[in-house]
Amino acid sequence: MTNTPAPALEVAQLRVGFGGTDVVHGIDLTIMPGECVAIVGESGSGKSVTARALLGMAGADSRTSAEHLRIDGLDLGAASEREWRRERGRRAGLILQDALGSLDPLRTVGREIEDPLRIHLRLPASERRARVLRLLADVGMPDPVSAVRRRSGELSGGLRQRALIAAAIALDPPLLIADEPTTALDVTVQARILALLDEIRERGTGVLLISHDLAVVSRMADRILVMREGRIIEQGSTGEVLEAPREDYTRSLIAAVPAEVPRGVRLSATPMRPATQSGALPTISSPLRPSHDPAIRTTPLLELSHLTKTFAVPGGRFTAVDDVSLSLHRGETLGLVGESGSGKTTVARLALALTTPDSGSVRFDGEEWSALDERQRRPTRHRIGAIYQDPLGSFDPRWNVGRLLADAVRGAREAGTSDVSAGPTAPVVAVLLDQVGLAASVADRKPMTLSGGQRQRVAIARALAGSPELLICDEPVSALDVTIQAQILDLLDDIQRERGLALLFISHDLGVVHHMADHVAVMRAGRIVESGDAGRVFTQPGHPYTAQLVADSPRLAT
Amino acid sequence: MTPGSPTEQRRSFGGATLRRAGLLVAGAVFVLWAVATLTFFAIRLIPGDPAQAILGGPGSQASQEALDQVRSDYGLDQPLIVQYFAMLGRLLTGDLGVSYALKLPVADLLAAQLGGTLLLSALSLVLAWVLALGLAIWSTGRGRIASAVGEGIEITTAALPHFWLAAVLIAVFSVALDWLPPVATGTPAGFVLPVVTLAIPLAGFLAQVMRDSLLDAMQQPFVVSARARGESAVGLRVRHTIRHASLPAISLSGWALGWLLSGAVVVETIFAMPGLGRTLLQAVTLRDIPVVTGVVLLVALVYVLMTVLTDLAARIADPRLRQESGR
Repeated sequence: MTNTPAPALEVAQLRVGFGGTDVVHGIDLTIMPGECVAIVGESGSGKSVTARALLGMAGADSRTSAEHLRIDGLDLGAASEREWRRERGRRAGLILQDALGSLDPLRTVGREIEDPLRIHLRLPASERRARVLRLLADVGMPDPVSAVRRRSGELSGGLRQRALIAAAIALDPPLLIADEPTTALDVTVQARILALLDEIRERGTGVLLISHDLAVVSRMADRILVMREGRIIEQGSTGEVLEAPREDYTRSLIAAVPAEVPRGVRLSATPMRPATQSGALPTISSPLRPSHDPAIRTTPLLELSHLTKTFAVPGGRFTAVDDVSLSLHRGETLGLVGESGSGKTTVARLALALTTPDSGSVRFDGEEWSALDERQRRPTRHRIGAIYQDPLGSFDPRWNVGRLLADAVRGAREAGTSDVSAGPTAPVVAVLLDQVGLAASVADRKPMTLSGGQRQRVAIARALAGSPELLICDEPVSALDVTIQAQILDLLDDIQRERGLALLFISHDLGVVHHMADHVAVMRAGRIVESGDAGRVFTQPGHPYTAQLVADSPRLAT
Repeated sequence: MTPGSPTEQRRSFGGATLRRAGLLVAGAVFVLWAVATLTFFAIRLIPGDPAQAILGGPGSQASQEALDQVRSDYGLDQPLIVQYFAMLGRLLTGDLGVSYALKLPVADLLAAQLGGTLLLSALSLVLAWVLALGLAIWSTGRGRIASAVGEGIEITTAALPHFWLAAVLIAVFSVALDWLPPVATGTPAGFVLPVVTLAIPLAGFLAQVMRDSLLDAMQQPFVVSARARGESAVGLRVRHTIRHASLPAISLSGWALGWLLSGAVVVETIFAMPGLGRTLLQAVTLRDIPVVTGVVLLVALVYVLMTVLTDLAARIADPRLRQESGR
């Protein structure tokens, strides 16, 4: 026990540049042992570069400089690669977002965790193995003995992240840097990983937590630094930043967290689409909700009844969807929530008739849908649009946006449902781009050169080309930063209001579904465990699983 | 220790491997049958009388009686389809027939030649791997110039024809420098130039594939986390990226051996080495049908075996493949 412990991290005027341009402009940061400090900002704000620069790993073509950069009292500001190598893993551990890619898929988890022990300590192999088992037990890995023989591909997302954490804390480093440690994880898993990081912090490790999501960091950070364009624009204790933000940017980050924001309230600063309003900007939209009118409640637009779908697995069949019944009316949003593997996407595929149910039926607009053969379905296909988590994979990378959309417009014309039935496609493409809030010049760009939010807008524009009545959104915002997510959610809300679209909105994120949906269904292991009015389900959950999801869901801890 | 899981894993791995092996054997039998059939009929398209070939080749002054005698001895007077099934029947018993020119059993002839050619091909494959790995590792992570140089070397060497390379190597190392013999002498020194000739173009080709996957592996997040644990540049390559980079090259090695066997025809001829390649060339010139069929079948068999071996090697190097087939 020393009287005044050295800070886990102490950095002054950290600058990082690539080529001629600086991306981090002089950051000061101190983290005491047992303290958790969060850096929050959008992608491209420089937060990940900062994290790597703190380990001397900003990249081969980068320039990093700092007045001083002390980790646990040792100044590494001018350290050579060799000196850095001696300290990485020993003084500081790093946890990256994607544990599937962050653990070598060809090596066992045990070997990956053993690496820092082998590199930095002279230990007999048996002692190393014993320590690996102890570490795995420490991070809450069930059955460590069999886990050490597994590879990252054989573990679930949460267990993988635990293994990665075990490798990062193998030498009990005074500083742990976690860059988006829970971003790809389900809420319940996310909650457990955050709890694990909190435990590590309580043992006296200084934790630097990096995220785009204020709600995630607000649970465990003592202090929050808001980063934008390579600068810290605001900092303070978590309470100060959340309750009394000084900067507009911070306010927009807070507003973008959808949890508990009522339906219709805008999440982003973008104004409501001018095409729809005549007069002052309303703060609360009033989406068309025919479902609330008993007169037209009779036929749902989409009706799934008693759907069951199984897949062959070695030694039997896996039931992905088990007796699922749902109905969705025009102009309404049905939220489908559940963790990965719960069968949500299979439901989406069944609704799109991309896969046939083992039993049960899908009806669209009162007509048989799933039982038809593909030729009979084709004239109706364009009435159902779909957008997915990763639009990039669904774009031909050599086509520019204009060609992608023109192709969709032509397809819709063949089916006879485009808004404009003849003439050149270019004006129609321009209208579509405008509707999703993209500049006309985007038509000339290739999908690769667009940001994640722009790509999702293009995907929405393409889905709208056929003037659909139903839009199936499968995790449409899961890959996006919260601020971009807010804009996309607002856009979907606008489009729904303009067109009277029905949305089947699938997400693992309760906050997003709560914000978007009129009705909600909670899925677990292929079954609907609870469904009903969104407000009711999320405020007074009737099923213990829903209650667990609600409790684990990140929200601003004010 | 949980008693079940590791053994269970091993058992399912074994079961999947057995099933796979069964399929591969069935496939191999099919390939050999197809090769035997194609060769049998293709050889009939070569102009010339087999009976002439048996009696000393074209230009021999054999009498009509002698020709008739040979035709009936060898069953050449039978309808083609009867000859075909007679050939298949002999093959099933492992009888490859007797060489027309040398009057020796083909099996003995090939057995005597196979070793040299396999040794030549195997050494070339090993050398190609060493050169390719060296070039790929040297030319990555070292800046743009090294990368461009590496790429240039790969493309140039991959495009070099064997006969030209052999001639240049002989001119430099045998004639000008007098370091190595220009013909195979049966000593290790005599092996050097043929092996290098075969290995260099293959190395260029393998290095292209390896460098692509090495660059890809170096972009992966696991490289960042390994470095964050204090892994050195050498350690990164040894423990992580080289393994990833080898995977496509392992899959290509089966194909590469077949390519080397055909290259051996040229190289063995140039360096006057005894071997399958030279035997094949001579047999074709002399219309020695049983020998041609034998060599082609043998090469097909080696090819099939090599495919099985590379498949197994890929599954050892990449555990994900085992997992997928077990699932």
